Order: sequence, then structure tokens, then C-alpha cells
Amino acid sequence: MMFGKDGDLMGIITQKAMRIAVAGSLLSAAIIPLAGQAYRAPRAENGKPDLNGIWQAMNEANYDLEGHNARPAMALRPGPYGPVPAASVLALGAVGAVPPSLGVVEGGEIPYKPEALAQKKKNQENWVTSDPEIKCYLPGVPRATYIPQPFRIFQSNSQLFFAYQYAGAVRNIYLKDPGPAPVDAWMGQSFGHWEGETLVIDVTGFNDQSWFDRAGNFHSDALHVVERYTRTGPDVISYEATIEDPKVFTRPWKISMPLYRRQEKNAQILDFKCVEFVEELMYGKWRKTPLTGQ
Amino acid sequence: MRHLLRMGMPIMAALLLWEPGPAAAQSQKAPAKTDKTRRMADGHPDLQGTYDIATLTPVDRPIGAPAVYTREEAQKREAAAAKQRAKGDEAIQGDRTAPPKGGDGSVGAAGNVGGYNTGWLDMGSAFTVVDGQIRSSIIVDPPDGRAPPMLPAALQRLAGARARPTSDAQENTNDPGLEKAPGAYDDPERRPLGERCLLGFGSTSGPPALPDYFYNNLHQIVQTKDAVMILTEMVHDARIVRMNAQHLPPTIRQWMGDSVGHWEGDTLVVDTTNFTNKTRFRGSTENLHVVERFSRLDDQMLLYRFTVEDPATWAKPWTGEMAWPATDGKIYEYACHEGNYALTDILKGARLREKEMAASKASSEKR
Repeated sequence: MMFGKDGDLMGIITQKAMRIAVAGSLLSAAIIPLAGQAYRAPRAENGKPDLNGIWQAMNEANYDLEGHNARPAMALRPGPYGPVPAASVLALGAVGAVPPSLGVVEGGEIPYKPEALAQKKKNQENWVTSDPEIKCYLPGVPRATYIPQPFRIFQSNSQLFFAYQYAGAVRNIYLKDPGPAPVDAWMGQSFGHWEGETLVIDVTGFNDQSWFDRAGNFHSDALHVVERYTRTGPDVISYEATIEDPKVFTRPWKISMPLYRRQEKNAQILDFKCVEFVEELMYGKWRKTPLTGQ
Repeated sequence: MRHLLRMGMPIMAALLLWEPGPAAAQSQKAPAKTDKTRRMADGHPDLQGTYDIATLTPVDRPIGAPAVYTREEAQKREAAAAKQRAKGDEAIQGDRTAPPKGGDGSVGAAGNVGGYNTGWLDMGSAFTVVDGQIRSSIIVDPPDGRAPPMLPAALQRLAGARARPTSDAQENTNDPGLEKAPGAYDDPERRPLGERCLLGFGSTSGPPALPDYFYNNLHQIVQTKDAVMILTEMVHDARIVRMNAQHLPPTIRQWMGDSVGHWEGDTLVVDTTNFTNKTRFRGSTENLHVVERFSRLDDQMLLYRFTVEDPATWAKPWTGEMAWPATDGKIYEYACHEGNYALTDILKGARLREKEMAASKASSEKR
């Protein structure tokens, strides 16, 4: 550290602290929360923290929940000097590469059982034919949250509903206990309640079809997700999901990330009915005259 | 069985758990009007809830039917429908004789060989009642209760179109084989939007949101200050109505259009434009314009009224209305595309048939 010639360390610290304190009070505590003082979100019509709005994660979780270096592609094959993009994705070049991330998994690694870890690796190797996102299938939870498209929360006096842009996925969040889910579903059955400033959603009733990301991380139909949504500022929700699946993991594990409010004045959820976009992939070969060439 | 295959076993299990409850909109008992309308904090009526819009009242009035049925006439028709439903849901005896070739002559979704047992279906059990009148059609204007004929130019346009699926197309459960329309099985794009899992069939998502006279007729409304969300059960389509907002730029087109809303007194008015040129409600163009009006009749019932216009398709706008009765029923996930084995099989079947026909032609030429 460098100090002025006549600098007195304590004096400088005191001065800075004073300036910060004055600035803080001038800017109003509502905008810049003081350290140690929890942000109190505006209330919605039901008296609870207002989660209404269009939100989106801004991270690489959908590529791979775990920390990872950048990779040439989501599907790889051995090259003479290391992995190169697989033929199925080669044409995408840098657009098809995987950006790096420190990961969103608490503790770094997903605690797979040994046989499940082998399945995860197999999933990753067969990504291009196996990832449900490629076929525009419903994303499941928590993947819907961090798939890189916005979602909208509708929170009224009596109802809570999430509408995701990706594949037009939806979740009604029951606020009264609906009982055990009568059927399995891609998006599960959501039952929400409030713990102080936090919306806690207990999600059960999943099928075993969805994945967590493009790296082959997966679950079984024993999946149980507990999500926690806490507003930590005017435009930020702190999101946590605890993932439990005794068939696949040795213990429950947790991911966390901020969700950001889309700031554009005209931000909204638009059509992303990708079902239409995958028809050529899924049904093209059954055309009367299949397309040929590039 | 197309949809059963597509929905997969979980939904079939749900249907087995389902027990029909008393129909919310029995024409026998007109709903009691209440003075107090549930209201939101901002003073507007609270339109929220889950609604089951299955009804015996068709969109277009049957030729020769009166605009309004007497109570006796409605009861007779509802009883006949109940009887047909019960018959279509009888247990199948393993040692029964084969049904006659081509079906037993009964019509409707469950009528023909290979159709559904009525237990799978939710085709409505009562006529819709508006203003105390038991209605024979949803369309109220033109006064004959039928959508106006399409303009000659529209018919010409549609005749020339290669892909003709429309958002109101019904499932064809009595398809005797390949449709007569040339090329109907050539490409996925030629198949009905419902079969492709792009939208529910029968304009269930709308707008205008119509009963599909088959199943999955539920809608959920969630209402906030800035937006009203209307969920259509089939195919989990959430239409977001932005309140007091401008329409999207004309370059942005959506399957269900772009909906903006405002309040006129206690009525929510929803204005929808910006449709895709693939939506084609009853053969309309992408310039279809739909105005819907939602209001509360009582604690258990909404009034849904709509007007559609498209000067390139109809000479003048036309209007329909019906009651939306609330239901305690839950909406389960309609994961259509995820289980759509049908579309592969339909196209693959057509290719196989072509191959077989070519082979039989070749062998008969040889002879």
C-alpha cells in the first residue's frame, strides 16, 4: 500500500469510512443495501416479496453445471493431437464451442454414484443424439431456470405461475399442498411456500427424461428439487436449487446463481416453438422426397 | 389412438384416475348471479381460475336448429349425448364378435372402429347458457349462427396453397386411410398443427379460444397488474396479454398472435394481431384480428365473447360468445411433442403404402 508523505493510516481509513457512510446515506439505503442488512423487496398483491417480471440467468450452467475449461465443441472426437469437434457439429466452428466456467455446483463436483458417473460420461459422448434440448423437449427443473432464454413470473393475489420462453415450457406453482403428484411429468409438480423473504418451491413428480445441461448431467425419476428464490436487489434474484436423487447421487447437492431482470423497456417472452425447428431433424427422412445436398 | 400414444402412459394413468364430476354448466340450472364480483386490489374484477370450456354447443349452428333451445329440447339432447357417452364407455368383452367393417355407423370421435372409448374424452355434457338462453351455437353474429362464407378470393388463395393446415383443424379420427387431398402425407408441414404438436387442435389455444369437442378443454387465467396469462391445457400454451401496451412491430409474428389488453369498465378487452401466416384460423391470413372480451358472470363463471375479422377472408367481422365455467380440475402436463410417435408413424406409414402400391402396380403390369 502507498500512503501520502504525511499519511496517517488510521486517519485515511477513518476518512474513507466517513465518505462511504455519507455517500450511503445520501443515496438512500433502499438502493444500496448496507452491509449486513437484508434487502427488503417491494411487496406483491399477496403481501409477499414481488417476483413479478422477466428474469434470466447469465452464466454457462446450461453448457455444464460443473467448472470446466473452454472446449472445442459439445460433441468431440479424438484428433491426432487432442479432441476436436465431432463431424456432426463441425460446421458450427467457434459458434459451437463451449465457453468456460468456474461452475455453479457447491463444492465443485456433482456427487455421482460410480455407475451413474459412467452413464453421465456416456451421455456426454452421445450428446448430439441424446440431449433432450436438441429435440426441443421440455427442459425440466432446474434446467428451465438457466437455459439461456428469459422466463416470466406471474405472481398475483392467489396464484403463482412461471412461463419460460424455451419450448413454451410452463409451471403452475401450487400454493396449497396438491398431495403426491399423480403422474410423472417433464416439469414435475411444483408446490411453493414462503419462508420470510424467500419463495421455496418443492418439486417432485419428475420423469427420468430431462437432463441438467449439455454435458450429460442427468437424473432419475426419483429426482426431488427444492428451489429457493430470494430477491437481493431491485433487479436480482438469488436462486438456489438443492438436488436429491438417491438412485443417481450419493448425497443431495446444491447449485446457486443470480437471476437478473431483463432491463430492456420492451423485454418480453416471445415465441420459441422449437418443435417446428426440429421437424427436419426428426421427420425429414420420412418426407416423400427427402431433401438432398447441404 | 394417436393422442394416447403421443401422451404416453403417465397421462393415460391420469385419465384413469379421472372421475367425471357434475358438469359446471348444466343448462338445467341457470347459475345464480351474485352482486359482488371478486376484485383485485386495483379494483378490476378478478378473472382468475381454471375453466373447463367443454360444451355440447357447437361453434356453428346446425342447419335448421333454433338459436335457443327450450329446456325440454336441451334436456333431450343432453340425455342423448349422455347415453352415447355411456355406450362408448362400456367395457369391451373379450369374446365379442368383431364390429362391422367400417364401424357400426355411429359418428363422432368415439364412433368408429379404432376410435377412443368415451372415458378418454371430454366432449362436453351440456349446452352453454348465456343470458339465460340455452344456445345452439357459439356464433351469435351473423344472426344465423354460422360463420360467414369465405370470400371467393380467399377460396382461390387456399386452393393454391400447398400446405393447408389451419389452427382450428380437428383431429380426424375417422380417417379411412390416406386423405384425398393430394400430397397430404408428403411432408410434416402438410399435417395438421395439432398432429405436429405446434398448437392444440380445434383452435383450443386461439385466439379465439374455442372448445375442441374432444378433450383437454381447460384454461387457467393468472392476472397481474401488468399482464394477464391465459394458459391453454393443450399444448401447454401460455398466451401473455400485456396490459395497456402497444402491439409488437409488424415484423414479429407469433403462432397465437400478439395480445394486448385493457379494461372497459369490468370487461377485460384483449386485442390480438401479428399472427403467423401458418396459424390460418379457418383459412384466415396473417392479418387476422381478434378482439376478445372477458367478464365475470358470477363467482363460478366467465362470459367469453370474441369478434374475428380479416377483410381478405370474410366480407365482415363475426362474433361468438359462451360461458366459461370454473372447474376444480387440475391441469396436467400435455407433453405432446415429447411423445409424438404418431407423426413418425403417419409419414412412415404413407411411405410404406406408396412402396406397396408401387410393388402391386409393377406386379399387375407384369401379369
